[in-house]
Amino acid sequence: MIPQFAAASDRSLLVSLGSGISLDTHRRVLALSRAVQTDPIPGVLNIHPAYCSVLVVFDPLLSTHDAVCAAVIERWDRASHASLPETRVVEVPVRYGGSDGPDLDDVASAHGLTADRVVELHSSAQYVAAFVGFVPAFAYLAGLPPELATPRLSTPRPSVPAGSVGIAGAQTGVYPFATPGGWRLIGRTPLLMFDASRTPMSLIEIGDRVRFVRVSEHA
Amino acid sequence: MILVESPGLQTTVQDLGRPGYGPQGISASGAADPLSLRIGNALVGNREGTAALEMTLVGGRYRLQTPVVIAITGAAMAAKVEGAPVEHGRALDVAAGAVVEIGSSKDGVRSYLCVSGGIQVAPFLGSASTHLLTGIGGFEGRALRKGDSLPVGPRQKHAPPISISREMAARLAPRKCIRVTHGLQSDCFTDEHRALFVTTPYCVTQEANRMGLRLEGTAIPSTTAATMITEGVALGAVQVPSSGQPIILFVEQQTTGGYPKIANVIAADLPSVGQLRPGDETRFEWVSIETAVALLREQESLMRGILP
Repeated sequence: MIPQFAAASDRSLLVSLGSGISLDTHRRVLALSRAVQTDPIPGVLNIHPAYCSVLVVFDPLLSTHDAVCAAVIERWDRASHASLPETRVVEVPVRYGGSDGPDLDDVASAHGLTADRVVELHSSAQYVAAFVGFVPAFAYLAGLPPELATPRLSTPRPSVPAGSVGIAGAQTGVYPFATPGGWRLIGRTPLLMFDASRTPMSLIEIGDRVRFVRVSEHA
Repeated sequence: MILVESPGLQTTVQDLGRPGYGPQGISASGAADPLSLRIGNALVGNREGTAALEMTLVGGRYRLQTPVVIAITGAAMAAKVEGAPVEHGRALDVAAGAVVEIGSSKDGVRSYLCVSGGIQVAPFLGSASTHLLTGIGGFEGRALRKGDSLPVGPRQKHAPPISISREMAARLAPRKCIRVTHGLQSDCFTDEHRALFVTTPYCVTQEANRMGLRLEGTAIPSTTAATMITEGVALGAVQVPSSGQPIILFVEQQTTGGYPKIANVIAADLPSVGQLRPGDETRFEWVSIETAVALLREQESLMRGILP
């Protein structure tokens, strides 16, 4: 596996570590991200990991695309041989359906399932946080049972309540803030996904394994 | 202390931002026009990244309860201290108890009220910048309200206040023609659409804020909009959703995105984006990465020439 590089701007570089969404590409993204965080590259200001790539942002007054590229390759060579540290398991309690999950019945009927079966499938799978992005603490979770994959709403909602659990294509995730959103909402967690006073601030971090646990309205 | 008597439309505490939290999905935030912030701080003798007030379209009214040196930079907003007009981009000694009244901007969006000693708020993750969506940083993580009281830091013995010539200010003035490099998905647009992007004007819509600016003009939909895998997006990325109308991602940007990017604003022109206002007509111009870096170096050497 040889990383591919492309200039994204005059101060950033996209490092591609594969071309599709898979556990293999995720492990590469995680390995490279950790390597760059533990052994910082001079001039690098930030990284944005995603499904199969890492955007590396640097100060063009302090470094160049070529120098950052060489430093990434050096770290990749070491990282790709190292074993990844054990990841955490995070449990997320969810109230499914009703006003907390207004699209649960639609998701069920789209697949010819009962709402109960959708909840059972969703809460029995183990997910991996491929990355945290878009907005703070929004973890993109891979591992949705294929029979639950559902396209986004054709018209996004102007506001989705914080904590809403949604499905978009083969992904699932939790909205950390009240934002506009087009994911199909099947439930809601009472937990704060983002808490500035907590360490880590994001309830779910890149690489974490995640389980959803069904709770009743009054839990 | 500074007492907020009227906060304007959206006034926040900003410094040069907190890069480094991309893996948590947190964008760097920071001043939308960092050149103006740095100049304002130099005028009052602060270090260039000292926290100041970023005002949006309308300034507001502030009572300075301690004697300070102030400077207002960025978009020109008519300002008065105790009723007497204040010159834009000049340092001024202000006595304790004086009221600074700052009107609205006619061109540009954001002005900076810099005070000697800076706005002293507890740094969060190394920065005083307000990040509005998450409610972190700045003053209680939010835009200022009437009655807020902001501590001012002790005067910095950094350097004597400076003054800036009109010629220098003009050379650093914001541009309406924004220079861009090719985006990661530039190839997903037809030659015709890539040409239209730089030959026809785009109007800044009402949906323009610190997160991003939606533009309106000739539609330039990509040929492969539906098939992209979400990836990290850089500050100033120009993404084009299926509507074909471009969006510039700005300082409180989303950190990842799945729309194809036709272009990316060059670093030297990002401060100009912070001064684009709804209704403004803007144009884009292609430059190479080498040119973009050269333009940034030139801008920085101009800044080094005026900063202490």
